[in-house]
Amino acid sequence: MTNFWWIIGGVLFALLNTAAGLIWVERRMLALWQDRYGPNRAGPFGVLVVLADTIKLFFKEDWIPPFADKVVFVFAPGVVVFSVLMSFVVMPFAPGIVVADLNIGLLFFLAMSSLGVYSVVLGGWASNNKYALLGAMRGASQMISYEVFMGLALMGVVVLSGSFNLQEIVEAQKKVWFIIPQFIGFLIFLVAGVAETHRLPFDIPEAESELVAGFHSEYSGMKFGMFFIGEYLGITLISGMLVTLYFGGWLGPAFLPPVIWFIIKTFAFIMLFILFRASMPRPRYDQLMEYGWKVLFPLSLLNLMITAAIKLWLNT
Amino acid sequence: MDPAFYIAAAIAILSTLMVITRYNIMHALLYLVVSLLAVAVVLYMYGAPFMAALEVIVYAGAIMVLLIFFVMMLNLGKESAERERGWLKPRIWIFPSLLCIILLGELVFLVLQNRQPVSDVIIVNPKDVGMALFGPYIIAVELTGILLMAGIVGAYHLGRQKQKTLHRFLENTEV
Repeated sequence: MTNFWWIIGGVLFALLNTAAGLIWVERRMLALWQDRYGPNRAGPFGVLVVLADTIKLFFKEDWIPPFADKVVFVFAPGVVVFSVLMSFVVMPFAPGIVVADLNIGLLFFLAMSSLGVYSVVLGGWASNNKYALLGAMRGASQMISYEVFMGLALMGVVVLSGSFNLQEIVEAQKKVWFIIPQFIGFLIFLVAGVAETHRLPFDIPEAESELVAGFHSEYSGMKFGMFFIGEYLGITLISGMLVTLYFGGWLGPAFLPPVIWFIIKTFAFIMLFILFRASMPRPRYDQLMEYGWKVLFPLSLLNLMITAAIKLWLNT
Repeated sequence: MDPAFYIAAAIAILSTLMVITRYNIMHALLYLVVSLLAVAVVLYMYGAPFMAALEVIVYAGAIMVLLIFFVMMLNLGKESAERERGWLKPRIWIFPSLLCIILLGELVFLVLQNRQPVSDVIIVNPKDVGMALFGPYIIAVELTGILLMAGIVGAYHLGRQKQKTLHRFLENTEV
């Protein structure tokens, strides 16, 4: 039982520090790709900028606008952090290092990510502000639509491994990682994952050049900090899921322990997320929805049908 | 298992009562989400983890978000809350709730009469659900599919728009 609490504590500690550290990593990497220095004054390589940012967020005035719906306004930023942290409950970091080995692990992840929509929607509605409302409406439709393809893309993995349990899915990749038989599924999940975390290039709910700051225009202080940390936790979650489902999770050559393999692979995907931000323009809102429903939706259905047909053909 | 069940059930009942009595429709919808989540917990505890996950994904995660989305677009403010307050007078709700209490009494009576010891919880896996749906209940699945198809075709028909011509010279040309 003590072991169990150690795992929970360790996972929480690692995740929250990763999310905070990503503030610095993202700014340094963006700077590198744009041929400038980025934060490099405070501490070695500017690492202490994280500390400065955190202290600033804590001490800023935490202001609730008088026209806002107070209860919902306070409640909304918590939802995003809660839903993302709950998703990590089912993620296997290494054999045995998992908080809850649920039989319906993958469905639990989908359920929690679908609850994450509420933070955007409620935050935008409670602010009682035109820009926030527009951002929330965009966020709701974007996240609901991309959730559909996300679920359908994941079903290909479920068909191949025959289980919703994430540990069994990783075990099923011993011979060949699912990136090879499920390449289309991987691409769809990657795009849907970026849209779910509303990161650039799909940061349409908060598009700062059109909507001020979108759904969190009215937020300040630590409440804004929760949205901020939630976004970085979301990147870590989607990267971890990509690794678990398509890149063999903790599997790798034996000269490094399994956890290290998991961390290396996850960081590779986090870098990819940051590179997306550095290199891609934002699509228009209607282009995003059209691309989703007219390209990704049929593609993910086809992928699922073909995977199931091949599996059936091989078994008989 | 029992205390967890009673807590979840109590939350479900309380939040459903709150859904009925709130004046602000957004708060009512949020309580409905809480109620659905509590029902999902009950389902999970009584051996239906797959149903519990679907309850959260489909009801709490998709349908309720759509409802909230529409309420958000309608921008109902203080006026509608005032109107709701006018509608929730005792004169209006006393008679229906009296009928409901009689029904509730009958229900409790029947349940208490047929009381059986709780047998062991049977866990229903996703596979069992699939086998049942595509085995004995295949007709129901197919009928639901046809219904959904009709809905999609109808939505497409309603949503289709004729191309608008903005200039009188272009009115008779096909686009």
